[in-house]
Amino acid sequence: MRFLKLLPLFMLLGVYAQAQSPTYGVGRTPTEGEIRAWDISISPTGEELPQGQGTVAEGEELYLSKGCAGCHGITGTGGLAPRLLKRDVGATSNPWAFGRILPIRSPYATAVWDYINRGMPLMAEGTLTPNEVYSITAYLLYINEVIPEDKVLDNESLPKVEMPNRDTWAPLPDWWKPGLPRLVGYPY
Amino acid sequence: MTDDRKEKDKPEDLERGDRREFLKRGAALAGGLSLGAAESAIGQAPAPEPENMIMGTTELGAYGKRSRFETSVRIPHGGRPSPDAFGLDFHIAAPLQESVGVITPSSLHYVGTTRGSFVPDINPEDHRLMIHGMVDRPLIFTLEELKRLPSVTRLHFIECAGNRSNRRHNTVQETHGMTSCAEWTGVLLSTLLNEAGVQEDGDWIVAEGVEEVKGASSIPMSKAMEDCLICYGMNGEAVRPQQGYPLRLLVPGFEGILSVKWLRRIKVVDQFYMTYNDYGHLHQDSDTAALGMQIGPKSVITFPSGEQQLPGPGFYEISGLAWSGGGAVTKVEVSTDGGRNWVDAEIRGTAHRMAHTRFSFQWNWDGNECELQSRCTDELGSIQPSRAQIAEFWNQPPDQPVRVRGQDNSIQPWRIASDGSVHNAIS
Repeated sequence: MRFLKLLPLFMLLGVYAQAQSPTYGVGRTPTEGEIRAWDISISPTGEELPQGQGTVAEGEELYLSKGCAGCHGITGTGGLAPRLLKRDVGATSNPWAFGRILPIRSPYATAVWDYINRGMPLMAEGTLTPNEVYSITAYLLYINEVIPEDKVLDNESLPKVEMPNRDTWAPLPDWWKPGLPRLVGYPY
Repeated sequence: MTDDRKEKDKPEDLERGDRREFLKRGAALAGGLSLGAAESAIGQAPAPEPENMIMGTTELGAYGKRSRFETSVRIPHGGRPSPDAFGLDFHIAAPLQESVGVITPSSLHYVGTTRGSFVPDINPEDHRLMIHGMVDRPLIFTLEELKRLPSVTRLHFIECAGNRSNRRHNTVQETHGMTSCAEWTGVLLSTLLNEAGVQEDGDWIVAEGVEEVKGASSIPMSKAMEDCLICYGMNGEAVRPQQGYPLRLLVPGFEGILSVKWLRRIKVVDQFYMTYNDYGHLHQDSDTAALGMQIGPKSVITFPSGEQQLPGPGFYEISGLAWSGGGAVTKVEVSTDGGRNWVDAEIRGTAHRMAHTRFSFQWNWDGNECELQSRCTDELGSIQPSRAQIAEFWNQPPDQPVRVRGQDNSIQPWRIASDGSVHNAIS
C-alpha cells in the first residue's frame, strides 16, 4: 500500500530522468566522417571554413572557365541568371539601394562563400574546391567594390571582410518570442 | 482471355465511353430490353443525363483523378515563369478562388523554392535525417525509424513571405495564392531534439534540404521546441515531391521559407547563421524584423473575388479563408460597404491553430456597386488591419502607396460593379 501511494512520485522521477537521456533509442549515432561529409554550414564567424585561399585574379579566370559568366553575364550582369553586380545608384551611403544581390547585400562574406560552395554552378553544385570558392568569392566582392584587387581571401580573412551591410540590418529583437503578439503596441 | 475481351469491348475513347452505346450493348446482353425503358415516361427532365461515362481503367482504379470538367490550376506567381529558363521550379500560386473547405489538395498546394530549384527524385529508402551540432548525441534516422516515433497529425497553413497583394493583381490567386493548408503528419521536432539532447547555448537550428542548392534556413530554438513538425505525411498520403518528399520541416505560422523541404540535416548552433535563405529575408529595422517572422491575423474573401462574375442581384453566400500565425482564428467579420460597418461572419467547422479557417456570410446583393472586405481576429487578440490603418500607424504619407511592414496581413477589398463583375479595390 505504501508503495502504491508513492507510485506517482516514482513516475514523476521517471519522467525527470527521461528528460536527461534518450527516451526511444531509435536512430543511430552518425560517424565523424558522416557528419563531416554533410556539414556544409558556414557561420558568420566562419569557424567551419576549410583551409585554403583565393585571389581576385584567379576568381576572374574561374568566373569564365566555370561557366558563371554564361548565366550571370560577363560583367556580372546581363545574363539570364540573377545579376551579381551592384546596381549603379551613384554615390550613396545606403547599401540597401544596391539591390538584393548576394555579394553586396549580405552582411557577411561567409554567406557569399557558403552559397557558391553549396549551390553553384547550376547542375554541378558542390564540385568547386575550397580554393576555387575563395577565389570566386574574392572576384565577386572585388567587382562590387567591397575588397581591393590585391586582397587574398582565406579562412581567417574572409569572416573579417567589412561588408557594407554589416550593421544596417536588423536581427530579431531580444524581446521577440514565438506565439506572442508580433510587436508590442501594434494591435495588428 | 479476360484481356482479349477487354480489348474488344474497349470504346475508342478510353476514358469516356458513349453511354447510349454502352447501354445498348448492355441491353443486348440482358436479352433485348429496349433502350427507351431507361428514359422517364412522363414529364421533362430538368437536366440531360450524362451522355458519357468514365471507363474504369486499372490506373484509375488504383489512383483516382478529378473530373475533366474541373480545371482549377496553379499559376506561376509574381510574373516569374515556373519552370524558368533553366527548368527550375520557382513560385507557384494556389487557385484559392475555386477552393472549398480548408484543405488545399496536394496537387494544388502552392510551391516555393529557395532560388528556383529542381525537384529531387528521392528514393525514401536512401533518405536520412541527421541531427548534429550542439547536441549531446548526434543522431541519424531512416524514414522507417522516424515513423516508429510518436506521431502527430495537425492542420497547418504554410504561407510564403511573398504573398503580398497589390493593386496590379486581378484575382485572389494573384493576391493571396501563396498560402495553402494541409493536414500534416509527422514527428514533433522537439521529440528529436530531446532525443539528441540540446546543449546550453544551442539557441538556433539550421535546417537544410538535399536538393541541388541545399536550401537552408535558420530557426530560433524557442520555435523549434514549441510546435515544429518533421512531416512525412500530407493529406493522408506521403508528402508530395514538390512539397519536400519524403521529409519536410513544418514551422507553423511562420514565413514559409523556414519550412525546409527535402529535409536531411538539422544543425543545432549558437547563432543566426545568415544562410542564403536568411539573407534574402533580412529587414532594415527591428520592428519590421519582428513583424517578418510570424504571420499576423489574415483573411480574404475567395467568393466573390477578383475576375469572378455575379449573374445578378439575389442571394449569395460570401465565403473566404482566415488564418493566423499567432494561433487560432477567433472571429471573422465581413463588411459589404467598404469597411464602414462590420458584421460577424460564421466560422465553418473548427478553427484550428495556425490553419486556414473557412468563414461564410449570408448576403443578399441588391445590384448596386459595393465593396466587400473581411477581417479576422486571432486568439492573441490581434486584429487584421486595413491598409489605411497600417499607413496611419506608421505615419506614412497619405499620398503614397501603403508600405506594409513585415508579413502582409492587410485587408483585401473587392469591388462589386453594378454589372456583377468583381475587381481588386486596392488603391
